Amino acid sequence: MLGEGIAKGLAETARNFFGSYVSKERLTTVQFPEERLPQPEAARDFPFLVYDGPDWQAGLRCVGCQICEKECPPKCIYIEKSKDKKPDALGKPQFYPAVFNIDISVCMSCQICVEVCPFEAIKMDTEFELSTDDRFGGLLWDKSQLAKSNEHYNKIHPTEAAEVDARLAEEKAKAEAKAKAAVQAAAQAAAKAAEAKASPAPPSAPPSGSAPSDSAPSGSAAPSAPATSSSSSTVAKND
Amino acid sequence: MIETADQIFVILQHWIVGFAPAGVRWILAALFSVIAILGAFGGLFAVTTILERKGLGRIQNRLGPNRVGPFGILQPIADAVKSLTKEDVVPYAADKVVHFLAPVVLVLGAFSVYAVLPVGRNMVLANLDAGVLFFFAVGSVMELSVFMAGWSSRNKYSLLGAMRAISQMISYEVPLILSSITVIMAAGSLSTVAIIEKQAGYTGILPHWYVFTPWGFAGFVLFMIAATAESNRSPFDLPEGESEIIAGYYIEYSGFKFALFFLGEYLGMFAISGMGITLFLGGWGAPLSFLAWVPSYLWFFAKLLAMIAVFIWIRGTLPRLRMDQLLNFAWKFMLPMALINLVTAGLWHFLPQGGLRWLVCILMVVVPYVLLGRGLMQGQRLEKRVYQFAE
Amino acid sequence: MLFTILAILTVAGAVAAMSFRNLVHSVLALTLAFAGLAMVYLQLGAQFIGFAQILVYIGAVAILIVFAILLTRDAGTTSKSALNASASNSSGWGGGVVAVAVFAAMAWAFHASAASQRALPAQPEATMQQIGNALMLQFALPLEVIGLLLTAALIGAVTIAMHDRQETR
Repeated sequence: MLGEGIAKGLAETARNFFGSYVSKERLTTVQFPEERLPQPEAARDFPFLVYDGPDWQAGLRCVGCQICEKECPPKCIYIEKSKDKKPDALGKPQFYPAVFNIDISVCMSCQICVEVCPFEAIKMDTEFELSTDDRFGGLLWDKSQLAKSNEHYNKIHPTEAAEVDARLAEEKAKAEAKAKAAVQAAAQAAAKAAEAKASPAPPSAPPSGSAPSDSAPSGSAAPSAPATSSSSSTVAKND
Repeated sequence: MIETADQIFVILQHWIVGFAPAGVRWILAALFSVIAILGAFGGLFAVTTILERKGLGRIQNRLGPNRVGPFGILQPIADAVKSLTKEDVVPYAADKVVHFLAPVVLVLGAFSVYAVLPVGRNMVLANLDAGVLFFFAVGSVMELSVFMAGWSSRNKYSLLGAMRAISQMISYEVPLILSSITVIMAAGSLSTVAIIEKQAGYTGILPHWYVFTPWGFAGFVLFMIAATAESNRSPFDLPEGESEIIAGYYIEYSGFKFALFFLGEYLGMFAISGMGITLFLGGWGAPLSFLAWVPSYLWFFAKLLAMIAVFIWIRGTLPRLRMDQLLNFAWKFMLPMALINLVTAGLWHFLPQGGLRWLVCILMVVVPYVLLGRGLMQGQRLEKRVYQFAE
Repeated sequence: MLFTILAILTVAGAVAAMSFRNLVHSVLALTLAFAGLAMVYLQLGAQFIGFAQILVYIGAVAILIVFAILLTRDAGTTSKSALNASASNSSGWGGGVVAVAVFAAMAWAFHASAASQRALPAQPEATMQQIGNALMLQFALPLEVIGLLLTAALIGAVTIAMHDRQETR
């Protein structure tokens, strides 16, 4: 009969209307600033730089290798490598980024920088309330704004961070073992050649054999780097 | 005391007017009524916007606006500030004068129909002899303003919206007026005040409203359907279908002019609801005889709010019609029903009182309804829709 | 005084309707003239005719003209107005002269006839009730005839429209 469906529909909406006052399960709205849903672990928006230890400047894992700068599709990363070397978290002297800027208004959250980084130095953050009244300077973040502790990383992505920490610890142990072996070898050599002065242990071994898992992405990144640079040069020509 | 509460505004008007010299008293009295109407219905507009948003939200299991003030009740003020401070953009190619005049004509027309709407005992601005006719005559001016808006914007969507609006308004004006003619026949007057007086008595505790007769009920339902279409409310909101023609005839309006359109739309809805109350629901009369001590204007606004609630409820329920469905419904269902209802009202008048009259008139309403419904539904296979990729 | 304003409004609307280049503007000006006429009726105390004028002429006829304009070829575009077109040639002036002559003759006839000399009777109180009774009792037959005629016209229009559609398909 005509109008039957209308009556059914009206009954349904009336049930919804009164039900929303009676049962809280019906209301799916989360009152955002007061209540928040927990973020899923895979959540990500913009990159940050991980540091170990209490001091962010000393503990920065980044060595200024500029792979992420080259790989970044929208070219939002700007790095200036340092002239001098500074001891990193492992105590080895390394280059460090004198300037490390990310323009998060350009960043497209693709996570490619994270994937190409051989040093686990850049990771994705989950902080999303980033609005500012300065749309140029306020969204161009420098090193001090980007640096966040490893504890923070462990908090926002626990599983991933645990994996990374385990891998780094393994590497560290390996490097220490190697160093110890080198020291022992040096000691033995010193013992054998007693009359000559003992030369210091060669420090150049660790950087080349950093991690077997990370060598693959860095290797695949190498051929694409000239391509991107050439494309950027054509862009420059067009301008 | 009850009498004073009922007539408080009338007394206030006389008291204020009493200060003026005799020559300008009628102007002052009219001014008082006009300001009262502007204030009352403008305020009702503000209340309705928040009620509608809240109600629609609850129907969809949402909370609705709740940020401005406690429970969001100050939302209309925020909306007003927003629309007043927005830039008023007039398209370069638009017909500037007509573009400006359209919302003005709309709001003027929408407000002037309130002149014949009795909102309480002795509370009507102009008790015209041809009040109902005035109402529909001025209401028809709104069609013109809609056309002006749609045409002057120089936008194809707005012109389409205007054409849709006009064809819809013309189609539904016929059943609207035909269904109200039954009441005019029964009351024997076109004056809104006289029509309410005719519905004043009580049988036991039940009032003599026209909606409590077979033809009155059918007429009321037809009137309200046509009123929904006249005021461009969902499910008849094709002229401003956002998903099809991006807000139709007021697509090129912004800021204050857009707010005026919005206001005019709601005022039209209130006015036509008020006319429905006047014609079928006994105007300001109390629904039960022992409730007659409540001031009359409170009853009017209570009924008006109830009607608005029904409008919101329907808006939250029904999806938008298609244009051919809309016009078919108007000409193949509403018009025959309204004509048959006219005959029914005549029969009711001439048949002697008693059970036979009720039986005959109910049959006169129900049988055509069922037959027409069957006829229209025939050939329409309504099956459960199967989606290919969704479960 | 009020009549003067209304007369100026009506005539201005009519003249504007003739002289606007834009057809839609002309229709809107014509609507103004219709509204002015309705006001004159209301001023004369003929409520029913006044409101009917608004309902029928502004609510229906103006909309009908608008539809006709928008559905025909030169929809809403500017075109030569009646006054400008006729002003360019002498036949237009001839038409004007004829119009003035007809008006003068009619005015003279009215003035000279006995109707203007007779004292006006007191204004009759024409209520809605009386109009209704007159239409339904005294003039029932003419009303029915007009109704029949209009229905026939309506059915004829529908028939023509349907025939057209079948041909085009």
